[in-house]
Amino acid sequence: MAVDATVAPTTARRSLGEVLGVVFGPVGQLLAFIVGSAVSLALIVVVLAFILSPTQPDIMQRVVIILPQVIIDGLVRGFLFATIALGYTMVYGVLEFINFAHGEIFMIGGVVGATVSFLLVSTGTLESIPPLVFVLLVILVAMAFCGMLAVTVERVAYRPLRGAPRLVPLISAIGMSLILQDLARLVMTSTPLGFNARYQTPNFGQPIQLFTMQLGDRSVPVILSPRDLIFIVAATIMLVVLNYVVNATKLGKAIRATAQDMPTASLMGIDVNRIVALTFLIGGALGGAAGALFGLRIGTVNPYMGLIPGLKAFTAAVLGGIGNITGAMVGGVVLGFLEAFVAAYLSIFTAGNFSGAAYADVAAFSILILLLIFRPSGLLGEATTQKV
Amino acid sequence: MALLELQNVHTYYGKIHALKGISMTVEKGEIVTLIGSNGAGKSTTLRTISGLLKPRQGQVLFNGKRIDTLPPHEIVKLGIAQSPEGRRIFPRLTVLENLEMGAFLYNTRSPEYQADLDRVLTLFPRLRERVSQKGGTLSGGEQQMLAIGRALMTRPQVLLLDEPSMGLAPVLVEQIFEIIQTINQQGTTVLLVEQNALQALSIAHRGYVLQSGEIVLEDTAANLRDNEMVQKAYLGLE
Repeated sequence: MAVDATVAPTTARRSLGEVLGVVFGPVGQLLAFIVGSAVSLALIVVVLAFILSPTQPDIMQRVVIILPQVIIDGLVRGFLFATIALGYTMVYGVLEFINFAHGEIFMIGGVVGATVSFLLVSTGTLESIPPLVFVLLVILVAMAFCGMLAVTVERVAYRPLRGAPRLVPLISAIGMSLILQDLARLVMTSTPLGFNARYQTPNFGQPIQLFTMQLGDRSVPVILSPRDLIFIVAATIMLVVLNYVVNATKLGKAIRATAQDMPTASLMGIDVNRIVALTFLIGGALGGAAGALFGLRIGTVNPYMGLIPGLKAFTAAVLGGIGNITGAMVGGVVLGFLEAFVAAYLSIFTAGNFSGAAYADVAAFSILILLLIFRPSGLLGEATTQKV
Repeated sequence: MALLELQNVHTYYGKIHALKGISMTVEKGEIVTLIGSNGAGKSTTLRTISGLLKPRQGQVLFNGKRIDTLPPHEIVKLGIAQSPEGRRIFPRLTVLENLEMGAFLYNTRSPEYQADLDRVLTLFPRLRERVSQKGGTLSGGEQQMLAIGRALMTRPQVLLLDEPSMGLAPVLVEQIFEIIQTINQQGTTVLLVEQNALQALSIAHRGYVLQSGEIVLEDTAANLRDNEMVQKAYLGLE
């Protein structure tokens, strides 16, 4: 075991290439899953259309016309689930506990965004500020508010129960979820916001025409609405930044170390309570930003809008392998594409007998059940924990 | 004044009374070993010193200051590092990242960090070849080296080693014990917990014998080696 003199001295400083590698490795994996899901699902619908084309001559055209729009829709849904799923998976990674109040953090992000928009409307400044400034403002305010809220929830409702049996903090989380819902309802109905708060935005301009598809003698424009574009860009930036923080900074490594072995992390001088608070802060901020963007996209928010996206994001986190950060993003994107395709194509392929939009949720939760049966550890999850 | 002192320490696991009044001292520059059979309370003693367990009675003093009320990360800051039983490497961090976690309290861009890293990688050349490998893929011996190296990265005055020879091939055990001696000669005080009493007593200055949560013997390592009771119970000699 002689020392090899040619081995270069090992430094802690990484080259730019290495940093890019650890940050964009997971992003590349995510990209592979995005392209993979889009291509394979598109192939499936095209093959199905081909099989059905002898009986329904126009089905191929009907399928292909909406395909680019469905893919964009899948991407938006996927990024929505991914940003929420990160909050579930990070907290699970560190505490091995499902924070069921996370869907409500998402909802409150939407309410905070609507409040900012309402204040701007009532002061008459909404139309005069640039759209980009507006988007940044609602995102940052929602991130700050929801990050702090998530930290407070942890401090009040979860930390005192740290040593308790597993079911106890879970019940506390469900209680917290109900409390946040009703608090939001109370605040909204007793202020001018109202139960269904409008979420007004400046004019984002015309839809962007990406390209024109030639289908025989028809040319079909493929358009991307500015709101979808905002969502996709903002979510992409957040996912890349999160990957940088978790994989390339010392604090991010401390988060991973704490997730892998909490007592040993504390022996390294890591204040594990601070790390737990930090994971809630990051997860809450991401959830809040997702809520603000979601509300902005659909134009209205209400106190119960967190339930279904929250459950689906949880499904996405399990789909990717709970506790695994890249897995949560991958799971979100895969689930988003599946849902978008079911929503768009189910009625076409069943000759209108089943409405796709109504059955998209069934599809999402069927996937959760099938996955739990056949691959409980998720797409990227580890087979078992390696604790000795 | 002793560097590290335990005064009548009682530690419990729930209702189980694991340490029944341990008193011991570790002087600066020493290698002190704690020997005893399975379940005697050796690991519990180390975990009580490093703050993972809180004593219900008694106190732990470090440089004359009471530390048993502090959380583990504060105790590390004062200069007590533990290489835990079963090594407890972060399996999905690389070797370098594991060492970086050991230096969590320090600036990893500083020349001091660089010097610490070089010292550890010189003590354990095997780790230098494995820096970018995930901790979980190392062999048992390599993981033990990483656990000790990681503890050294915290710049300890006292190094607590919990069963560093466990599960290792005899040739590696020999090597690890040599390295422990080197670390001690470089100025780090060592408190060594071992089931391999013969090896431990061959490098230690003093030793304590622990039996079901109580210290039954304390003496210099040489005297313990010659003690009839120790020879029968722990050294396997007739």
